[in-house]
Amino acid sequence: MSIRNYSIALSIVIALVLQIMPMPAMADLYRPDWVLLVLSYWALALPNRVNVGVAFFTGLILDILLGTSMGVHSFAMCLCIYVLAANYKRLRNYSVWQQSIIIGIMAALYNLVIFWLQHLITDIYFLFDYLWPVASSMVIWPWLFWLLRKIRRQLRLH
Amino acid sequence: MNLMFSSGPSLPNRLALALVLSVSLIIFDHKFDGFGTTRVYLNSFVSPLQYLANLPGQLLNASASRFVSHERLFNDNAKLTHDAMLMNGQLQRLIFLQEENDRLRSLLNSPVQDNTRKVVAELMAVDNNPFSHQIVINKGAINGVFEGQPVLDDKGIVGQIMQVSSTNSRVLLIADVTHAIPVRVARNNVRLIVSGSGSLDELLIQHVAHSSDLKVGDVLLSSGLGNVYPEGYPVATITSIIRDESRPFSQVRAKPVAQLDRLKYLLLLWSERTLEEAPKAEVTVK
Repeated sequence: MSIRNYSIALSIVIALVLQIMPMPAMADLYRPDWVLLVLSYWALALPNRVNVGVAFFTGLILDILLGTSMGVHSFAMCLCIYVLAANYKRLRNYSVWQQSIIIGIMAALYNLVIFWLQHLITDIYFLFDYLWPVASSMVIWPWLFWLLRKIRRQLRLH
Repeated sequence: MNLMFSSGPSLPNRLALALVLSVSLIIFDHKFDGFGTTRVYLNSFVSPLQYLANLPGQLLNASASRFVSHERLFNDNAKLTHDAMLMNGQLQRLIFLQEENDRLRSLLNSPVQDNTRKVVAELMAVDNNPFSHQIVINKGAINGVFEGQPVLDDKGIVGQIMQVSSTNSRVLLIADVTHAIPVRVARNNVRLIVSGSGSLDELLIQHVAHSSDLKVGDVLLSSGLGNVYPEGYPVATITSIIRDESRPFSQVRAKPVAQLDRLKYLLLLWSERTLEEAPKAEVTVK
């Protein structure tokens, strides 16, 4: 029964690894926000287990891994996961495609908040390239949703 | 039946708490640099994840090198022997020149350039944080790496160590927007400051007077001012100069000499000065 207890944590760890995995510079631009996607799924499916607190600590680990100032990713992550966890009943009834649009909006919010915080700290300029992850996250969401739902049902997580 | 948020504060309160915590962490970290030594432990704590992320690439590399053809190995070997021969030829000359240079310097009573120690490090991961150009290398505090240490590749200066953890460390590239490096022009010793532009193949040179003697193609060497980078290593070559008299300064752009997007093996430098300052650091020399 141990895999049941750790499956959520394990999925977050895999998402973190995917987020920092070295990739060719061309593909790097389109890397989806894996951590945000996985946390979004759990926040919609099991909001009693994964919500703002988990998002905060995962964001902090992301900050350490990516070398940003502590708190930048956790700020953006908490904001997005809050919106999803607060509206989970409505969002669950949407079709996967509608959810994918909502996830796109969340990913845009996530990336813009991170850009904005980084902009306050160091003066960086906005490039449109920073928003490519939004598109790739929207494309990945239905597949990830299907995969994680299969895992959740198989392990009967609740 | 699990009740939503049956224990602890309600969801909006949790959000407020998390946001306040995040903002105070940002201020604490950025304004007061409050995580100075804690960062080492935090980085060491998450480094298993970095090793894990690096594993597929390493496996691919290992299997690729296992299936190299005999002929290619043979050719590579011949080429490397040839290169080593040429290099050794130049090296003989270099030793002679260095001794002569030291003698001349001591005649002029100017300080003799100190020897540096070098260690080869390997690239572990490239960060996908689009706002900042950093890489992770596989040498850390146990190898004697320290913050602010210069990092080179086989062509020129790459950057400096930004954060150290126990077995790996993070390098800030010269192309990062927050990075600047003092240089001089190899041709005529004009002193300049090269700062990063945020794009990997372009550096900016700011506050250049219209009258300064610069040409496209000039090589910029590190000047050793600022006490971070040692003197005389190539940094960049000038690619464009726009002398628009209506602006206060001319706009000069340069291209880094090191191939920042194709890094694999890197050199870490210890000058004698830094070795004396940190005698405890255990330095492995290759």
